[in-house]
Amino acid sequence: MKPSPFAYTAPSSLDEALAVLAEVGDDAKVLAGGQSLLPILSMRLAAPAHLVDINRISELAYVRVEDGGVRVGALARHVDVERSTEAHTVLPLLRQALQLVAHPVIRNRGTTVGSLAHADPSGEMTAVLALTGGSVEVVSSTGTRTVPAAEFFLGPLESAVAGGELAVSAHFPSFPERTGTAFVEVARRHGDYAMCGVAAAVTLDADGAVVSARAGYISVGPTPVLLDLTAAVSGASVTAADWAAAGELAQSQTEPEADIHATADYRRHLVGVLTARALAEAAGRAA
Amino acid sequence: MSTEARSTPGTADSDARHDVQLTVNGVPRGACVPARRLLSDFLRHDLRLTGTHVGCEHGVCGACTVLLDGAPVRSCLLLAVTVSGHEVTTVEGLGGPDDMHPVQQAFQECHGLQCGFCTPGFLTTAAAYLEENPDPTEDEAREAISGNLCRCTGYQNIVASVLRAAAITRDRQATFGHDTPGVSRPKVAGRPDEGGTTAGAGAGA
Amino acid sequence: MTTRLFGEPVLRVEDVKLVTGRGHYLDDLGHDALAAAFVRSPHAHARVLDIDVTGALDVDGLVAIYTYEDLVASGGAVADRLPLLIPHPALHAPRTGYPLARDEVNHVGEPVVMVVARDRYVAEDAAERIMVTYDFLPPVVGVAAARAADRCVHEDVPDNVAAHLKQEVGDVDAAMAAAPHTLELDLSIERSASMPMEGKGVLARWDAAEGSMRVYSSTQTSTSVRAAVAARLGLPLSKVHCIAPMVGGGFGVKIMHPWPEEVLVPWAARELDREVKWVEDRREHFVSSAHERGQLQTVQVGFDDEGRLLALDVRFWHDNGAYTPYGIIVPIITSTQLLGPYKPGAYRVEFWSLYTNTVIVTPYRGAGRPQACFAMERTMDAIAESLGIDRAEVRARNFITPAEMPYDHQLTFQDGRPLIYDSGDFPASLDKLKKLVGWEQTLAEVEAARAEGRRIGVGLACYVEGTGVGPYEGAHVVVESSGKVKVATGLTTQGQGHFTVFAQIAADELGVPLADVEVVTGDTRRFGYAVGTFASRAAVMSGNAVALASRKVRAKALRIAGDALEADPGDLEIVDGVVRVKGSPAASIPLATVAVLSNPLRYAFDEASKAATQFAVGDTSGPPVREDDEPGLEGTDYYSPVGATFANGMHAVVVETDPETAEIKVLRYCVVHDCGPLINPMIVEGQVHGGVAQGVGGALYERMEYDENGQLLNASFMDFLMPYASEIPHIEIDHLETRSPLNPLGIKGAGEAGVIPSAAVFASAIEDAEGFVITAMPISPSELFELRRRHVAGDIPSLRRAGSQRAGPDEVVAQDVVEAQTNQEKPT
Repeated sequence: MKPSPFAYTAPSSLDEALAVLAEVGDDAKVLAGGQSLLPILSMRLAAPAHLVDINRISELAYVRVEDGGVRVGALARHVDVERSTEAHTVLPLLRQALQLVAHPVIRNRGTTVGSLAHADPSGEMTAVLALTGGSVEVVSSTGTRTVPAAEFFLGPLESAVAGGELAVSAHFPSFPERTGTAFVEVARRHGDYAMCGVAAAVTLDADGAVVSARAGYISVGPTPVLLDLTAAVSGASVTAADWAAAGELAQSQTEPEADIHATADYRRHLVGVLTARALAEAAGRAA
Repeated sequence: MSTEARSTPGTADSDARHDVQLTVNGVPRGACVPARRLLSDFLRHDLRLTGTHVGCEHGVCGACTVLLDGAPVRSCLLLAVTVSGHEVTTVEGLGGPDDMHPVQQAFQECHGLQCGFCTPGFLTTAAAYLEENPDPTEDEAREAISGNLCRCTGYQNIVASVLRAAAITRDRQATFGHDTPGVSRPKVAGRPDEGGTTAGAGAGA
Repeated sequence: MTTRLFGEPVLRVEDVKLVTGRGHYLDDLGHDALAAAFVRSPHAHARVLDIDVTGALDVDGLVAIYTYEDLVASGGAVADRLPLLIPHPALHAPRTGYPLARDEVNHVGEPVVMVVARDRYVAEDAAERIMVTYDFLPPVVGVAAARAADRCVHEDVPDNVAAHLKQEVGDVDAAMAAAPHTLELDLSIERSASMPMEGKGVLARWDAAEGSMRVYSSTQTSTSVRAAVAARLGLPLSKVHCIAPMVGGGFGVKIMHPWPEEVLVPWAARELDREVKWVEDRREHFVSSAHERGQLQTVQVGFDDEGRLLALDVRFWHDNGAYTPYGIIVPIITSTQLLGPYKPGAYRVEFWSLYTNTVIVTPYRGAGRPQACFAMERTMDAIAESLGIDRAEVRARNFITPAEMPYDHQLTFQDGRPLIYDSGDFPASLDKLKKLVGWEQTLAEVEAARAEGRRIGVGLACYVEGTGVGPYEGAHVVVESSGKVKVATGLTTQGQGHFTVFAQIAADELGVPLADVEVVTGDTRRFGYAVGTFASRAAVMSGNAVALASRKVRAKALRIAGDALEADPGDLEIVDGVVRVKGSPAASIPLATVAVLSNPLRYAFDEASKAATQFAVGDTSGPPVREDDEPGLEGTDYYSPVGATFANGMHAVVVETDPETAEIKVLRYCVVHDCGPLINPMIVEGQVHGGVAQGVGGALYERMEYDENGQLLNASFMDFLMPYASEIPHIEIDHLETRSPLNPLGIKGAGEAGVIPSAAVFASAIEDAEGFVITAMPISPSELFELRRRHVAGDIPSLRRAGSQRAGPDEVVAQDVVEAQTNQEKPT
């Protein structure tokens, strides 16, 4: 289990990186944290001709509160986002989700933007981007484009980042006032990819009635699934809301598949259970 | 069909060598290696620091965990060339037989190892954890080492070892009034913990 | 007196080295060696039509590529099929693989081509470019498919049956017919694997000038690897040595040998006259190292109104994988150890060992016993359930009592010897377990929790484990003239603390400080006669051999010291490395000096040795070395038992299942363990912890997921779910110490114990929590969810004891139906 050979470049600036990517294009992989890429290389499931290592581009290592949300640079490690007090203040869902991402040692190195670009539908941060209605800023030598979450995840392990492009940051908008969030998942072992995971956001009005209940799902489809479940609980108080009904609504709108860890029916069952749990927990935080 | 290799002069571009310079256990070390050389292999075979072990090479078992600028990382999930210029601490750098780090002493005292193969990864992980969390509960100690696989011990004595290491550290500090004497090891790098909006050294930029 | 070390929780002497990164495992050696990698079959069953290496030849750093044809061309036995290690008359169709496939592959991962290169990276580059053309054959995957035999693994074994063995004690048919109650159970248990953190590995150094080979292998048997290498390479045994360096776990998979690589790497080292090393990576380990556990079982049991066994009729089908190099040891153990602590009445057991196109099956910690325990303990729970008797009580009524020891089951055990339990106090073990777990109180708590809508269950399981099987182990003990004691034994170490416990034994016997004793294991240069480390035998076998060899040395030391001190050896004692007259400690001589005197010298090499030179020794009445004596203060002895010694244990677990997500949480895990006197209780408890953790893994997390094509779908630590600390409970342990009458130290083995009852005890507890019968292990949340649905649908019977409290109307109906099927009351 050793990687195939590749040409290697470690640009020290974004411009330099874009120039290299423009040159090597589709034959290149970008190395940030590498926590998903390195196993793929070592198992020789991928053998890129060129590896562009962005770990020296310090200008991309930031976590900032801006534009009514949190902007995470391509070189910010999960741990940096998880521990950022400012980010937590404006968007607690980030930390709620990140604490479920693998183990701390992986989070020390893995990057949040990298995990989005990797587009694993089991990756917690994909659901967070979807639920927040966030976007990824993708740059190439010819320009910049902002790709909304709904258009960013194209399929399992396939994102909208094209050859020659670099995902330089992700923006996670904050939720409206009186919104609570939660991330709930069931994994085989602590730290494993979840068999089903739910990121939930519930918004209440000034009287404590639910005005919005939405959820993002991992591991139940080829890309993160975003559902608006408000119809099932609209107008109800936190204590009176029928969260299970919201779970059933979610079940009716997801088509999970089986794998070696879970049958499709079990996954669908988890969608219902975890939706109810996540919404209830989120609503409790909104109150 | 016995086949001896044809000699092919020169090295393919794609496997060109790169000069990698690290500070390992406080000592500048370097070697010229292909870009694809994993940090685990670089430490073990190029620098011959074989205390770091390789159990899965896909980042799950944690046996290869080393401290990169003070923070635990999987050395099998890093290219050596990526971390050129940085500081790495391996199990050899925690302490030697005559100046064992509290976690090393504790693992012996609590029978926290059997075959010893996974142990270096537990030691580096626990050492970094205790730097930030000097007085963990049993549940926290268990959580702290729950990203590392051990097939021998059932973890019970490893959890006890982490708690014991915390106690040893406190005892040493009480006795000597400062950090562990005779043990030179880097601090865990500061994280942008308190409202920092820019990832600094901790981001390994 | 020197403090006795036997029984003390002495800290391990090997640990300082291991915690400071100074232990040397296989891949820590041979930095300049060439690296080997293998092209392995990507198909479960296929003919090899062609191997095209041309694409690999340009790889810079490639040294050599070898196929089966090259092995043949080199002459000798290296190309031959690997040996059948343990032949058995019932193994009527044994098959073993070739080191490199000849014309057929029978499982994914079977080695086809060997590549040697500058380093492993380059070796993999070359391996990737070698094109092998296969003609696919239909694969046989799973025990059921093998049994159905619609297709076969080996063309000349059309029914896939490698072995068929039946043992019967008493008249089972008559006893079953006469039994007031009978039950039938269909059970299944899945594959797992040893999965040590360090994979296998081999390093070979050929010395062309000497014509000698030194092999390092991460093995559980260096003596036998040595013999195999010598035989396959046509070398005299004296020219081959094998050393097991520090080994990063074994758990059984490394007792299997010679692995293809153990033959091929030394052979290539000789061919190339270069040091060659192969270090198995994790993916290779999954698809080319052994698995274990997979069985289908049927049990028919007859019992009386009190729940006492009258007849037990067991049939099982054992998945042995593609080949049978290790014989049928695993199913033999299942068939004999199934009886546990019970008197079975009439007993018949019959098994079929079946070929499948999957990785070979050889012993993994427990070695057939977890399956055996599962069958027996599921049966005990079923009897208790059927009669409405407490599960612990049913077991107690069937125990062999201490007064009945030694107890002869009149069966043949895995060592070819009679299955005779030497000692054990099962009622006392059960009492201790009930006290430890608080049995009655826990049952009450379980009921109370149910009333609150929680699903909590408690289970228990008992086992007996034959440990310390022969044929023998030996030890060499020498007191050097420095006074330091060097102990060598031939079996190997994978973390069990042998360096410490054997030193404890030698230090006690010789009266020297522990720090003066150094133990070496698994190095044929130091001790050439040995069997290996397996079957919980190391402490029993080598521990007793070390004691016996040390006693020889002690006797000699006392004799020489008696001469020097002009005292009767019987009046001497050795304390802290000094021989002295009891009651008169001034009259003494250091053991170091005794060692000097034991070796008459002409030439002094240091100050101390002058005392042994020819003009220093006063007594000229006889020859310097007496007729019946040898120079040196050393001794070698062997321990060879008439049969195994039987340890036992009983476990209880309390689990809670999530009513919604079907997640299974362990609330408590309690162990009572009896392996005789504990040499080092700290180490024994560590062995139990580790065994239990592997058991938890095997019961709740681990399995080998083969698809219908024979592809292993979870060949990584991402998907083969070995538990982390977060999945393992705190383990509570109590001990009994029932001596074995068979060996001088009275000890029994402890290594495998913890893992044996896991599948059984978890099935018992989950069944208790869920209120319906569990017949297959391991069990995942997804599977439990599906079982619940089948239960609600009436496909799975409710437990009778659950009926009143827990079953809904649907479930009660289902329960009645199934009782009619399974609990056939008979007129008496």
